[in-house]
Amino acid sequence: MMGNRVLVVGGGLAGLAATMKLAELGVSVDLLSLTPVKRSHSVCAQGGINSVNDLTRQQGDDEWQHFDDTIYGGDFLQNQPPVKEMAYWAPKVIDLMDRLGVTFNRTPEGFIDRRRFGGTLYKRTAFAGATTGQQLLYALDEQVRRYESEGLVKKYEFWDFLGPVLDDNGRCVGAVAQDMVSMQIRSFAADAVIVATGGNGLVFGRSTMSVFCTGSAASRCFQAGAKLGNPEFIQVHPTAIPGADKLRLMSESARGEGGRVWVPRKPNDSRYPKEIPQNERYYFLEERFPKYGNLVPRDIATREIFNICVNEGLSVDPTRMSVYLDLTHIPRAELDRKLGGILEIYEKFQGVDPREEPMKIFPAVHYSMGGLWVDYEASSSGGLLPGSPQNQVTNIPGLYALGECDYQYHGANRLGANSLLSCIFSGLFVAPGIVNLMKNNKAASDLPKSIFEKAVAVQESRHKALLANQSGDENPYLLHQELGDTMTRAATVVRDNAQLDEAYAKVLDLQARSKKCSLSDTGSWTNQNVIFTKAVQDMFPVSLSILRGARMRDESRGAHYKPAFSPPSLKSTDPAERLREAEAWCDDFEANNKKFLNSTICTWDGTEPVHSFEPIDTRLLAPRPRLYGLVGAEAIEQVWKERSASAKAKPESKQLVSAGT
Amino acid sequence: MIAPGSEAPKRKPSKINVRVLRQDGPGLPQYWERHQVDYEPDMNVISVLQKIAAQAKTSDGKKVSPVAWDCGCLEEVCGSCTMVINGRVRQSCSALVDRLVEDNPEEIELQPMTKFPVLRDLMIDRSRLFHNLKRVKAWVPVDGSYDMGAGPRISRADQEQNYPLSQCMSCGCCLEACPQFTKIELQRQPGETDESYDLRKKEAYDQGFIGAHAISQAMLFNAHPVGKNIADERMEALTGTGGIAACGNAQNCVAVCPKEIPLTTSIARAGRAATVYSFRKFFDR
Ligand SMILES: Cc1cc2nc3c(=O)[nH]c(=O)nc-3n(C[C@H](O)[C@H](O)[C@H](O)COP(=O)(O)OP(=O)(O)OC[C@H]3O[C@@H](n4cnc5c(N)ncnc54)[C@H](O)[C@@H]3O)c2cc1C
Ligand code: SF4
Ligand code: SF4
Ligand code: FES
Repeated sequence: MMGNRVLVVGGGLAGLAATMKLAELGVSVDLLSLTPVKRSHSVCAQGGINSVNDLTRQQGDDEWQHFDDTIYGGDFLQNQPPVKEMAYWAPKVIDLMDRLGVTFNRTPEGFIDRRRFGGTLYKRTAFAGATTGQQLLYALDEQVRRYESEGLVKKYEFWDFLGPVLDDNGRCVGAVAQDMVSMQIRSFAADAVIVATGGNGLVFGRSTMSVFCTGSAASRCFQAGAKLGNPEFIQVHPTAIPGADKLRLMSESARGEGGRVWVPRKPNDSRYPKEIPQNERYYFLEERFPKYGNLVPRDIATREIFNICVNEGLSVDPTRMSVYLDLTHIPRAELDRKLGGILEIYEKFQGVDPREEPMKIFPAVHYSMGGLWVDYEASSSGGLLPGSPQNQVTNIPGLYALGECDYQYHGANRLGANSLLSCIFSGLFVAPGIVNLMKNNKAASDLPKSIFEKAVAVQESRHKALLANQSGDENPYLLHQELGDTMTRAATVVRDNAQLDEAYAKVLDLQARSKKCSLSDTGSWTNQNVIFTKAVQDMFPVSLSILRGARMRDESRGAHYKPAFSPPSLKSTDPAERLREAEAWCDDFEANNKKFLNSTICTWDGTEPVHSFEPIDTRLLAPRPRLYGLVGAEAIEQVWKERSASAKAKPESKQLVSAGT
Repeated sequence: MIAPGSEAPKRKPSKINVRVLRQDGPGLPQYWERHQVDYEPDMNVISVLQKIAAQAKTSDGKKVSPVAWDCGCLEEVCGSCTMVINGRVRQSCSALVDRLVEDNPEEIELQPMTKFPVLRDLMIDRSRLFHNLKRVKAWVPVDGSYDMGAGPRISRADQEQNYPLSQCMSCGCCLEACPQFTKIELQRQPGETDESYDLRKKEAYDQGFIGAHAISQAMLFNAHPVGKNIADERMEALTGTGGIAACGNAQNCVAVCPKEIPLTTSIARAGRAATVYSFRKFFDR
């Protein structure tokens, strides 16, 4: 292994897990990050991390069930082997994090305590107070610091990854990056490069994500030839606190404890909320969904809140769209006991006491399910083959992607508390494969210098051109705002083809304008202006891919909702007729899957994404309809059961065997 | 009656005046600069700085380069954005403009931390803070990451004692406020390589006071059933140069910690442990 080096870009959970495992296997690692790795966006995760555990096992749970929930929750849009492997590793991941000293909450007897999260019947979620992500990240950060003090890891913090370096055969042999303090641009030779750079929330202007989540690193790989998978799948959380700088998450537990969502019936009612009498308030979730009330599933709550503000014009604030989330009817002591922590966040950042005044909330972009396309090698049991260099590799040999920036684990919709798991799992799992890859390759450090010099020169000229461009009159901050507004309007909660086309044209135009940015700082020391401008320019390829992916997908699946192409509820009340409708519904479902149970693949042609579909590996679980809240669900379920049973009886049936293998 | 569109009766300013202490690079002089931005509801210091960056003009219209600053999570959990605001060290993301103008309607004053080298404007170099975590070996010395089953059983009481300490986000407020933690700033010498410059910095940091955050982390890991296996190595650091003896017990640290970490409790524990350790070492000789 002497002389082998791996470059890990990104020190969130995924990047740190990979770094730790590689160092443990004796590989030297250069770890590069926009920020000190301990400050990565993973610190923001509050809720927890999932795994089957001794308790749920005795209630009938097992790894297979966790796998099934994840696939079903993701509306069958994932290749199944990686998800299966992740579910089977989950208990081991929690055990490891426990050994690394994570201060998980405990039961009275001293075991790790668990809570229940959406999309499952079992209490699988381990948590550490309301800062689980922070605690997990710190545990990995500490281990990496230990390897750093032994000399196996070298950190490059406050560095911006500018792109991979490819040799003449198209293999990734390193990367170019820029020191954000001295502005020096240099190359890093590496026998493999891992990109673990997180989500791209900033494409939408403001989101629940950190300022580092620009998606620029993934975009730079995309522009260098890496494929994107499922970029159009963006999770929007129903309740966030709109802020001038960020949309901070307001946990679902506020509604769980009795919070009521409402708006004044009269548009632009400027009265103080407490002065508005009950009969002039519109509790729209309770009225429209009498059965579930304020606790309708996340996607439905998101759509309704969005709709009430955008289409019905009932926002409670004329300048910033929002609805009331009201807890003021609940006694103060009870609120403090059950919701203390999250109410403090609201109080700290809004300067308003939510026990006295209803909170103003609105949905916010929260997570990117899609990302860099990555490969895998399946084992005979339908999981992943350990140690295979194919696992997590992009279509560029030697370039790996993991964590929120890959597209692999969450399909059309991510289940709560599964992301932290996928990050740590893929980081641990990828390392042995990379070690095997390096056994067979010539060391990158022995390659001719010219490959690296050429790549550096390209980045230097981009940098210099930006600083020199004083004739342009575009302001990168304002362009970013326009991009965010356009993307938020067209590509979040509800999608419509005409609107997507319009947004696509607009973003193409913004992309062209972004080439004419003129900088207010042309200096050569700690120039944040130029770093930001590059990040903004690199948001356009990803934004265009999100819009194109959404445009081409004429269906509703998971977080992607197109009302014009959503399956209707059953209408008839006559049992026989209803059954006939259910048959037709299932026919449509199967026909739709033939067309759209495919991963979106985008490649970059220099100015626009090129779109195609790729079949999904459903070797383990046959797709089945998700029927939550649909009228006629029982009839459809009955028909579907019969069809599945008869398909099983004759295993050659094409209906249930996937398009892929 | 309140006219439609108007807010509750509190009077809000239409403009915010901001005075920023700027510095173009390491070793260069600092200077004050005035900016003015439009008031918006729910602003914090970060959104003020974002506006300053977007307009890049002083309050008298002079074109200037945007102010450099550091931020990340924007919800007071990453520790990036520490600065001195109206004379008090704190996170700029949780510094609300409405509150600041209540205290001083004239202006908001922003300065970089004074205990760390300034890189530019409000950006400082806190690598010493992370280095000091290495000095106390702030980690659990596990065999490795292979699957060896669950960790040791931990009682609820222990978890409740340790969790607050593990929330330290390395923001540095406690160090800014500490009279014993003084600034160490080296200049790169002409022709010096990265390696020898880094080494020189490490040696200098090793001489300085380790700081309340690191003492508290040492106590966290000494309390862990496996972490305590190298408790003596941590005590060696705490009883050595720049260790706990340098702490004057001024308790400024605990007053400014945004995570309300019981730093003085950790320091008292460390002090007692240091006494025991030194005795034991003396008699074991
Ligand atoms: C408010 C909130 C709450 C959440 N709660 C949960 C939860 O309870 N459970 C759960 O499972 N998931 C949760 N998630 C999702 C989860 O936190 C993230 O998906 C996960 O932390 C991503 O980790 P990561 O390692 O992929 O990337 P990140 O933690 O985002 O790290 C990315 C790294 O890449 C670096 N980087 C980025 N761009 C560049 C560049 N150009 N050059 C150099 N370096 C770069 C950054 O510096 C950083 O080190 C939550 C998300 C949010 C926003
Ligand atoms: S108690 Fe010690 S660490 Fe805290 S401020 Fe005083 S001298 Fe510094
Ligand atoms: S102890 Fe508190 S003040 Fe000090 S670095 Fe940690 S969080 Fe910040
Ligand atoms: S930006 Fe993270 S603490 Fe303020």
